[in-house]
Amino acid sequence: MSAFSALLRREFSLAFGRGGGPLLALAFYACVTSLAPLAAGRAPETLAAVAPGLAWLALALASLLSLERLFERDYEDGALDLLALGPIPLELTCATKCLAQWLATGAPLALAAPIAAIALGAPVSLAPLTVLAALIGGLSFAFLGGLGASLSLGSRRGGMLVAVIVLPLFTPPVIFGAGALWAFGEGLPWASGLLLLGGYTAAAVALAPIGMAAACRNALS
Amino acid sequence: MKLPRALDFLQNPERFMTVSRWLAPTLGVLAAALILPALWLTLTAPGDYQQGSTVVLLPIHVAAAWMSMFVYACLGGACFLALVFRQVLADAAAKAAAPLGAVFTALTLIIGSLWGRPMWGTWWVWDARITSVLILFLLYLSYLALRAAIEDETKASRMASILAMVGLVNLPIIHFSVVWWNSLHQGSSTFGADDGDSLPTVYLVPLLLMVLGFMAAFGSLWLVRIRGEVWRRRARAAALRAAGA
Repeated sequence: MSAFSALLRREFSLAFGRGGGPLLALAFYACVTSLAPLAAGRAPETLAAVAPGLAWLALALASLLSLERLFERDYEDGALDLLALGPIPLELTCATKCLAQWLATGAPLALAAPIAAIALGAPVSLAPLTVLAALIGGLSFAFLGGLGASLSLGSRRGGMLVAVIVLPLFTPPVIFGAGALWAFGEGLPWASGLLLLGGYTAAAVALAPIGMAAACRNALS
Repeated sequence: MKLPRALDFLQNPERFMTVSRWLAPTLGVLAAALILPALWLTLTAPGDYQQGSTVVLLPIHVAAAWMSMFVYACLGGACFLALVFRQVLADAAAKAAAPLGAVFTALTLIIGSLWGRPMWGTWWVWDARITSVLILFLLYLSYLALRAAIEDETKASRMASILAMVGLVNLPIIHFSVVWWNSLHQGSSTFGADDGDSLPTVYLVPLLLMVLGFMAAFGSLWLVRIRGEVWRRRARAAALRAAGA
């Protein structure tokens, strides 16, 4: 367990050191959110109708940001070889990386999500659900993103490739999360969307590490 | 993995080349023999009382849509065999199947769009079935992109195999997640439909012929592409040997 916590601490501090950690992701999130009214029209009633959805979309995009470096840096400097040889199974190592990624960028983004949604015109009563959905959804974004990052190890066009691999897999969490927020705003039952989001996230957290470890072993072989 | 003698050609490249040499053209002829009458029957069928002559497009659209999913299942299965059992032919088969599947998926979207313009009054809607087919198309593209982006061929094939299997697990989830939306696309009218909705025989027969024809065409093209891949690998091995000697 101490090896695990040491690894988590290492990944967490690396995530902060990696280009400003949450600050960069938050800045990106603010930029995308402020572009949205410029692109979609700034009339309050149009904007309010799509506000939760836009905030959710910006969240999915912002969680793509630092993925490229998640495995690439350790792969380049040989740390990934050492981690693969270490006492912790590679599956758990990969899961820890994603968990640290989520703590360093996903959780701050989840706290910023209601601010973005309200700034775009969503009702204030939506804020708690937005945070909750963004926390759960961010976890699946982190694990699926880690899967994409590990699969593109050893390729040249890393960043774009990760986005192309990962965005189709982001479809269910985007639909479930935005659906729950939309249903809440309309006064409809919203719990099913949140439960489906949680189920998808649980599956991603359980299964993605297996794929990540297989991809890392393949890249190291 | 031990296969019965009759299926041995699926894992032995030598036997595969001898079998596919006659199987590929045979399937090609069979495809032509099925698709041409299917087209003729569709074109001569009476226009639907609601859809008019645009009903002609439907057999092609539905057959391509089924193929787009069938080919992804083939791709996922081949990737599984390539990844877990290290089957060389399975890897070649996966590589060969992906572009074909992407073409079937694109065909589904394009024909559906051409049909949708006169019938629904729009080229495109963000409806459940259409969106899930579009995402299937993106999954094919991401497989091809990943495969192309990694230089080391063995590594590229394993990475792409993992991705294809992840996609296989995700496909039903993606499908049902988009079904969540309200949709414009009509439900299935072939299997398990109510009596009023089920397809009349004049359209059902060409549809089934078209599906079988597309299957045969896919089988033929798949075999041809796998043969090409086997030849390419042999040529590369020969070039390496020549360089080494």
